[in-house]
Amino acid sequence: MYVAVKGGEKAIANAHKLLAEDRRGCPDVDELQTRQISEQLGLGVSRIMAEGSLYDKDLCALAMKQARGDMIEAIFLIRAYRTTLPRFSYSVPVDTSKMDIDRRISATFKDLPGGQILGPTFDYTHRLIDFTLEADEQVPKANTSEAGLDDDMPRVLDNLLKGEGLIQSEAVVEDEDSQAVGDLTREPLEFPANRDVRLQNLARGDEGFVLALGYSTQRGYARSHAFVGEIRFGKASLVIEPEELGFAIDIGDIELTECETVNQFQGSKTEPPQFTRGYGLAFGQNERKAISMALVDRALRARELGEDIVAAVQDEEFVLSHSDNIQSTGFVEHIKLPHYVDFQSELELVRRMRRDLEEKNISEKQAAE
Amino acid sequence: MTDTLEKNTDGTVDVATRQHWISVLSRSSSNELCAYWEDLSPGLTYSMLRQPETGLVMVRARAGGKGQRFNLGEASVTRCSVSMETGEVGHGYVTGRNKRHAEMAAAFDALLQNENWTARLLENVIAPIDERLQKSKNERQAKVASTKVDFFTMVRGEDE
Repeated sequence: MYVAVKGGEKAIANAHKLLAEDRRGCPDVDELQTRQISEQLGLGVSRIMAEGSLYDKDLCALAMKQARGDMIEAIFLIRAYRTTLPRFSYSVPVDTSKMDIDRRISATFKDLPGGQILGPTFDYTHRLIDFTLEADEQVPKANTSEAGLDDDMPRVLDNLLKGEGLIQSEAVVEDEDSQAVGDLTREPLEFPANRDVRLQNLARGDEGFVLALGYSTQRGYARSHAFVGEIRFGKASLVIEPEELGFAIDIGDIELTECETVNQFQGSKTEPPQFTRGYGLAFGQNERKAISMALVDRALRARELGEDIVAAVQDEEFVLSHSDNIQSTGFVEHIKLPHYVDFQSELELVRRMRRDLEEKNISEKQAAE
Repeated sequence: MTDTLEKNTDGTVDVATRQHWISVLSRSSSNELCAYWEDLSPGLTYSMLRQPETGLVMVRARAGGKGQRFNLGEASVTRCSVSMETGEVGHGYVTGRNKRHAEMAAAFDALLQNENWTARLLENVIAPIDERLQKSKNERQAKVASTKVDFFTMVRGEDE
């Protein structure tokens, strides 16, 4: 049993003051502005938005500052903040096929309608430290292309594979509006979990955890040999239907990274051999997360595809129960908080067991003599 | 602009036109809308029907982009509703937490519904903002387009 402690208010207040001073760092150095964070550390902000499960760049930049760059602490702040706000509504599902493309690539098809667009990527960089960034050198201007982008950027898998029936379809049930969509912010996780709940869980799951599980599938634990059918990053319209208006309105853009994988499937009693799909979607520019999520989503479809469940990544109870880094950190880190009474009882127990054992040994010895 | 303005039979503007201006107002900036509002004839007043309020919209997506719906995560959204003395009710919805922006969007939405103002505001406020948004979108697109790539597959052993 956990017994709380009391007292220590003064030391705690002083510790927080010291924290505030250390957060500020050397006063000779300019204080970091949250706008600098949102503009210049954008991928960090993306991660906080994805795992904090709240799209708000300014707020996530502030959380990163307050957390001194500790991402999970920042995500914790965001999760706590969101509980103070009312929920207005659910959006109309975002249409990622219509997004304004910043990046769009396929690893499976070289020639795509709309083309392969690299966009702002670390891919093909040499991973050498760039010392000019330390020296405040002028940033080279991006080039432009008169040709522009095609208006139509069809979804790669649907466009190039679906025609032949080579890939499983993403089914929409007919009376969709009458079906509830699982929401982990409203109902606790229950098993077996449907794909809507699994995708929500993975979208807000810890990047490192999801990455490691995705990697495990590639190394052979529930291998499904994934290819990246398509990755796209860009801005999609957020559309809502306020009751007072009675029609849909587009209220601005949100940045999203989407990944669709193409995976092997041998076929089953009911399905012919075909490619299967994994899906990843994350707020902001978050490619590693989107790819990892797609790998894990595919692995978790084992039940639906009639595959044997042989690896951790296919075990939805294992994956979904441990993906949330706020739950994980809460439980892991709580063991540093005072457990004095708790531990005293353990101590007492071990002492008693040793005493009992000693007494038993003595009495046995005496009996033998 | 006036001659292209679609009207319903009862004289109110049609939904598509209103959807367009609401979208432009939501995507504009707070400062921009405040500046346009100040340029209008002074003494234009509105009363608050619903004070600016920040809340959450749960963003939905679809598995595979087009399949089963799921809840991706929330976005902060600020809304406000106002009414003009002449009776028009305007609603403002903006992403983020800027209350002034939501209030201005609601005020313009209300005023735009007044037929004495509709054409004028569409021409002098909505069109220029829309143009600026389009321009910045095009500029970004031109930069992105410069990264379009053509890969060539090499035949294995080609360089031997």
